[in-house]
Amino acid sequence: MAASSADLAGVQTAPPLLHVRDLRTSILKPACFSLSTGEAVAVRGPSGAGKTLLLRAVADLDPNQGVVTLDGRDRSTIAGPEWRRLVGYVPAEPGWWANTVGEHFGEWETALALVSELGLREAAKAWPITRLSTGERLRLALVRALMVRPRVLLLDEPTAALDAASMTAVESLIKTRMQAGMAVLWVTHDAEQARRVAHRLLVVEAGQVREEAPEWTATSP
Amino acid sequence: MDSYIALTYWDLAAASVLVFIDAGLSIIFRLRVHRSLLIAAIRMAVQLTLVGLVLTTLFSVVSPLWTGLAALGMVLFAGHEAAQRQERPLSGWWSYGLGTGSMMMSSALVTVFALLTALRPNPWYDPRYAIPLLGMILGNCMTGVALGLDTLTTSLVSRRAAVEAQLMLGATRQEAVAPVTREALRSALMPTINSMSATGVVSLPGMMTGQILGGVPPAEAVKYQILVMFLIAGGTGLGAVTAVLGSVYRLTDGRHRLRLDRLHSPKPS
Repeated sequence: MAASSADLAGVQTAPPLLHVRDLRTSILKPACFSLSTGEAVAVRGPSGAGKTLLLRAVADLDPNQGVVTLDGRDRSTIAGPEWRRLVGYVPAEPGWWANTVGEHFGEWETALALVSELGLREAAKAWPITRLSTGERLRLALVRALMVRPRVLLLDEPTAALDAASMTAVESLIKTRMQAGMAVLWVTHDAEQARRVAHRLLVVEAGQVREEAPEWTATSP
Repeated sequence: MDSYIALTYWDLAAASVLVFIDAGLSIIFRLRVHRSLLIAAIRMAVQLTLVGLVLTTLFSVVSPLWTGLAALGMVLFAGHEAAQRQERPLSGWWSYGLGTGSMMMSSALVTVFALLTALRPNPWYDPRYAIPLLGMILGNCMTGVALGLDTLTTSLVSRRAAVEAQLMLGATRQEAVAPVTREALRSALMPTINSMSATGVVSLPGMMTGQILGGVPPAEAVKYQILVMFLIAGGTGLGAVTAVLGSVYRLTDGRHRLRLDRLHSPKPS
């Protein structure tokens, strides 16, 4: 189901939750955009255009310049660790620092509801990281990020290696969180997915970020 | 010292026959190392002869200035060696500066501590004691610092995703790099621990052997060796901790980001 125009009107009238002005790195050219509460913005563009760099710059993982605010608070006034709890990031290839799945979650019981929702079993807690498939890694990394309850979530192709059922489960879970107010910046190569989950569209090409009117606005109900 | 046996150059020439035998074996087995073996042997003999001349002059002068300059030269050279042994050193002067600074601080501190407490020569900076002691501490400290820094940088590169995953969940830079830091410090201290464990059982340390050959009673030589091993452990630990923590500080920033852009590009293979 495409993001409805009623949803779109709702999120656009609210003041921006995340505001980005002239965000730039050595590769990324100055980018300006904003995200409202409960809004999802799709990020598309050719491989190597700078989509991941954009997410990393918003998450403040790489050196960058420009102004980024969350709820009117300037990022420079918020300590790095606190910022990343407010603005979560799930990379395309998530990292793991311990041997088993359970060791990456503070409280497995809390994670369990989300883990089940994404089609993984309770026994996953004891699974060694080395035997996880790419799809399992992506879903578990998403659970890990959601447990921090970020205000904004930056997703880098979170369903690239998933089957249709798992993809639907991921989209459904994110939409539930969006209804609770979380905003999402969602990198995807899948035009259909962008249409299903996003209200607006950012296009990244050769390090240049620009907002485009999405093709689905003409057809959405 | 009365049982000290002086060596003549003929004695050394006779022993050098063994190196020629090695070179002969290299030719027979086509190892192609005979040339480098002979060059290394000549270098060793020339370098040690020069050091002998320098030390003879230094010991006869007993000047704090010359002792300090000799010590400084040794530390600067050790810093260069430690930087050379790293696969991905810090860029700019950081690699050399951190390695040299940490070794200078730790080895000077430990050497002065030993001179003032255990050995107490008169004057305390007597180069006959200060220079050999510093040399032994510095040599081991250099190995530890180089190993620690190399482990730290290569592990941070290979485990970048894991470190950043923790940062993304709100970990501080200290928390995120703690496992890598521990691994680097362990690898820095391992040679010293292994050497202490094996000393006396597997090997007789060079200094102790030298003292015994020089006529010092074995029980006295053992006491010296134990003292030196303790000093080496202290100097290596202090130097490695300073160098590794300094590098962690440099490879992260105030925004709690991992800054691998502050490393040299990988050496071409």
